[in-house]
Amino acid sequence: MQATDEAPPSSQFHSDADRSANDGPRRAAVYRALSNYKTARDRTGATFTDWKSARAAASTIKHEAVNNLDKYLEQFERNFTARGGKVFWANDSRQARDYILNLAKEKNVKAIVKSKAMTGEEIHLNEALVAEGFGVVESDLGEFIQQLKGEAPYHFVFPCMHLRRDEISDLFNRELGTAKTNSPEELTMIARKVLRRTYIEADMGISGGNFIVADAGMISITENEGNARLTVGVPRIHVALVGIEKVVPRLGDLALLLPMLATAGTGQHLTGYNSMYGGPRQPGENDGPEEFHVVLLDNHRTRLLADPEQRDALHCIRCGACLNVCPIFKNIGGHTYGTTYQGPIGSVITPHFRGLQDWKHLSGASSLCGACTETCPVGIDIHHHLLRNRRNAVTQKPTPLENLMWKAFSFLMRRPRLYSFATKVAPLAAKLHPLVQGTLADPVRVWTDTRDFPEPAAESFRTQFKRHQSTRASQTESTNTTR
Amino acid sequence: MIATSNSSTSSNGDRTQILAKIREALREEAPLKHPAERSAGGEPTTAHFREWLPPVGSSAEERFALFARLSETLKTELHVCTDAAQAAAVIASIAEQCEWKTVALHHGELTDAVDRALPTSLNRVWVDNGYDKEVLEACDAGLSECELLVAQTGSVCVTGPSSGGRVLSVLPPHHLVVARRSQLVTDLTEAYASLATKYRETGYPSMISFITGPSRTGDIERILVLGAHGPKRLTVLLLP
Repeated sequence: MQATDEAPPSSQFHSDADRSANDGPRRAAVYRALSNYKTARDRTGATFTDWKSARAAASTIKHEAVNNLDKYLEQFERNFTARGGKVFWANDSRQARDYILNLAKEKNVKAIVKSKAMTGEEIHLNEALVAEGFGVVESDLGEFIQQLKGEAPYHFVFPCMHLRRDEISDLFNRELGTAKTNSPEELTMIARKVLRRTYIEADMGISGGNFIVADAGMISITENEGNARLTVGVPRIHVALVGIEKVVPRLGDLALLLPMLATAGTGQHLTGYNSMYGGPRQPGENDGPEEFHVVLLDNHRTRLLADPEQRDALHCIRCGACLNVCPIFKNIGGHTYGTTYQGPIGSVITPHFRGLQDWKHLSGASSLCGACTETCPVGIDIHHHLLRNRRNAVTQKPTPLENLMWKAFSFLMRRPRLYSFATKVAPLAAKLHPLVQGTLADPVRVWTDTRDFPEPAAESFRTQFKRHQSTRASQTESTNTTR
Repeated sequence: MIATSNSSTSSNGDRTQILAKIREALREEAPLKHPAERSAGGEPTTAHFREWLPPVGSSAEERFALFARLSETLKTELHVCTDAAQAAAVIASIAEQCEWKTVALHHGELTDAVDRALPTSLNRVWVDNGYDKEVLEACDAGLSECELLVAQTGSVCVTGPSSGGRVLSVLPPHHLVVARRSQLVTDLTEAYASLATKYRETGYPSMISFITGPSRTGDIERILVLGAHGPKRLTVLLLP
């Protein structure tokens, strides 16, 4: 783990969560965006003849791919390099960054255009390129806005879903000097105009990849705007930075996975452009990059792979559906997580990538309602993985206070008289509680800071049960005598 | 500095080390949580995809009806034409309305036929033997053929060899596609199977793209806007 002067992730999380949950207007904007998503997703999902079977098949395909990862990556490499593509295997962020930086220097690159790549966020690629003096422009509209704003994406599919149009208009006005407007269409056209030149002038295009297709030796990219098509098609060098887990065995598998990704991700039947690329410009072709590099990124994915219990978290196709349905995400927002991958799936995988003890608090950011697991198009057991992370964190580093509490609980539960006494005292303690509520003397202040503590029943279950038994006994007696 | 030498652009990085880590990690098997139906070969059967995805219908009429319906939802402008001359007339009328000066295109049986019937006043930029990026960017429209049309998703499948390369179908602000009715297939499964057959000898084209409607974005407040970076308009001219 890198040394840092910043606050530990858990305290950043708690203070940001507090602030976001109290930001009513921001929450309203997020709710509105997500309710539009839900309508579209439900409508398209309903057109499937059998979503459940489709999901089982998608899960099986990814299971096969991930559990034979070595075989399929080698197959991809063989097929991709046979057509002049170059494959680089990066162990960690620094190796991936260095490779791309060296390439840009070696090939005398000046301007770089990027289409959306979460792997780029993961390895902090833009910062590294800018520090070396390269101009980098994000071309996806949402990413372009976030780049101008100097902010990380809020959601790994909808990067600026938290912003209102007037905020974007002000941002463009400040950064680009354009006239203010209230129309999303006009705002989009401003970005279109600015970015047109970028595609033409860039020497290098950088993209991510949604799927690595082993049998065809191709990288598949899903997008709506056409910016990835231009990023891959126009500049003379292309680099695709892709996580090693993105493999599918066969090109034909995409016939299932692309519609499922679109439905779960945005509620479309199919996303605007689904493009598969098999290397640089081939002999006899009229265009395309002279060089096509694929950087395969491990960056601790093999750590998660080594855990058979949670290995299926690598089946994720990054549709973002689990964020969209998550009651926690809706209220604390994307930036609070402090991770590249937000929401439930991010909370599952980040501790594996960046250290369990530092990121275990994310496992608690869940109501365990299971909406994420239910909506996942590849059937990842997301909310149970959060429980497993909690268990692993405690096994790895026991928490003394919690241990003591369990010991006390166990002591009490094995002593019926003491227990009975405690249940009688509890209502009394509850009466005294308001005197200390929220203060340092309050043992449950984390809870009562923002909530009422539930009032104990006036009479314990045991007492009620005993009374009930004795009334029944006397009733039975009287029935027997009358007979 | 081992890391630096490994990230030189002439090496392939930590290939051996990463593959070893993967093999070590995979020594213990992971359970299959959602077993799907499998074919004799042990692979999930692609033949089943069709039973689960949105239904299309088995006749050519049903396929066409669905493609037409989805085109409308997607804002793809679909024109059924009797011949290339009629397709050229549709293009000419759009060209006049939008005051087009130049259209980019590539050679092909259908595009050549349309070209012959287009007014001579409309300038042509042929991209077959390469092109100047600036010139292509300045064109008012790109006219291409396609590989296939997909009924289930309302998509147009383009590839390098069938559609004038990687960029013609996405850089100009209006993409015109001329296709035959017989190119309409049921779904992506059929599309991939058809591509596999066609390119069995030569290998796949270096780009295959399924275009589903004009370029779009919902990044601002999830409100749909057409023409984000790619074409604002997509017109499909369908010949018999």
